[in-house]
Amino acid sequence: MGLFDRHAGLLDAYRDVRTTGADPFQIRMERVLSPTEAIINGKKCLLVGTNNYFGLTFDPSCMDAAIEAIRAEGTGTTGSRIANGSYSEHVALEHEIAEFYGKKHCMVFTTGYQANLGVISTLVGPEDFLLIDADSHASIYDACKQTQAEVVRFKHNDPASLDARLRRLKDRDEGDKPGNRLVVLEGIYSMLGDSAPLKEFVAVCKKHGAYVLIDEAHSLGALGANGRGLCESAGVLDDCHFIVGTFSKTLGAIGGYCVSNDPDFDILRVTTRAYMFTASPPPSIVASVRQALKVVKAQGTLLRKQLWDNVHTLYDGLVAQGFKLGPEYGPVVGVHLPDRMTAIGFWRAMLDAGIYVNVAVPPATPNGVSLLRCSLCAVHTKEQLDHMIEVMTGIGRQMGVLQPKLKVVGSGR
Amino acid sequence: MRTAQNVIVENDDATAVLLRRVPTRGEVMAEIVTQLANFRTDDSYVIRGETVIAKDLAIDSLAVMDMVMELEDRFDVSIPMNVVAEIQTVDELANTILKLAARR
Repeated sequence: MGLFDRHAGLLDAYRDVRTTGADPFQIRMERVLSPTEAIINGKKCLLVGTNNYFGLTFDPSCMDAAIEAIRAEGTGTTGSRIANGSYSEHVALEHEIAEFYGKKHCMVFTTGYQANLGVISTLVGPEDFLLIDADSHASIYDACKQTQAEVVRFKHNDPASLDARLRRLKDRDEGDKPGNRLVVLEGIYSMLGDSAPLKEFVAVCKKHGAYVLIDEAHSLGALGANGRGLCESAGVLDDCHFIVGTFSKTLGAIGGYCVSNDPDFDILRVTTRAYMFTASPPPSIVASVRQALKVVKAQGTLLRKQLWDNVHTLYDGLVAQGFKLGPEYGPVVGVHLPDRMTAIGFWRAMLDAGIYVNVAVPPATPNGVSLLRCSLCAVHTKEQLDHMIEVMTGIGRQMGVLQPKLKVVGSGR
Repeated sequence: MRTAQNVIVENDDATAVLLRRVPTRGEVMAEIVTQLANFRTDDSYVIRGETVIAKDLAIDSLAVMDMVMELEDRFDVSIPMNVVAEIQTVDELANTILKLAARR
């Protein structure tokens, strides 16, 4: 058997995708012009799939901070914090994020993926139990492969399903199984844009003495009066023992973090392999993230309003045209399409029309659904989104995804 | 045949009909076959104990895990993901459920 034979099934599916003439997984942004526009295939395209929720990638104050940091401290750290030490700015960033959440401790990671991978796989070990939502992000699933804890999946966004699984962690003869229980949830799920019923989940966790870890990757900035995420908007910040997030979406850079009040939290710095054995974030990233956090604090209310206005424009506009969307409003809007090839064809047609969104097909999607995944930006204009709805409606009718508009036929004769 | 006292629909788990007592092997096999029926590539294929789930049926690993969740709620057991990963045949899946149900 050849090395690549095991991927034969995926290769076939990938060939299918490429027969449409464009490869969504190797798209090239020839030049990014702004948070909402880029040149793709020689043409200016509207970007509605970049997770750039506040549009801060081109914020002048964040860009200036990054440029100054490069001049002052160079382009990279060339090593991990354990081997090469921390820069003062790493420590300052950690203090600022901890303060943002009102938590005592924070650890910064080089990517959000590593934050989930490292923290989750290290927090639980042999004899412990890790309970994850069925629709969890790949970084959470990968953490499951690295831990020695027993991993149990519960039904997506279903507190009763979690309750049943926590209840079952007992033995007929020996009673409750020893070991910690860690429950992993996400503020906003990245494919369909739906939020966890966090208050209900927290109540279930309290009942069973389980720790709560919530990943606010897509909800930082977007949810809560101060933009802390679902933990804030659901009013359970103090009940979330670990909050993980990323710098690569709302904060417009790259990196991840975890905050906690646990007094022993810092031991993770010498036990978490995804933290110890990779280079730390470079000065430019740390500087732009620190500035972006300041922007979120100072202008978050306005940016959040703009973002949610845009969410409503797109969501309501698409629903009005008959599209089937994810279950609730959110900065991610998932548009259901009947199958993989329709989704790829639709995606391609949109790109040809100058609109870039993501296409998500099995196995990256829950329940085998095929989706166009749109993510909104606070700085999208209403005109841009109205245009997008018009284009999508046209393609939808052309492809038979939407019913053709009924013409009122005159009955004069 | 299910008898009334064996079938308890829990308020907090309305979708699953929960079997609280230790199920028989026949009950477990019947439920697995029902769950897997939609994944046959050929309607005439008969799912048996020796059926290799990932090979003889058109089912990906995610769908296997989703099916396992349904079985968990039917028989009131939890099968850890690492255990699911090692299960190959229908018989092995049934044995795992019976073993866990006997311990609860």
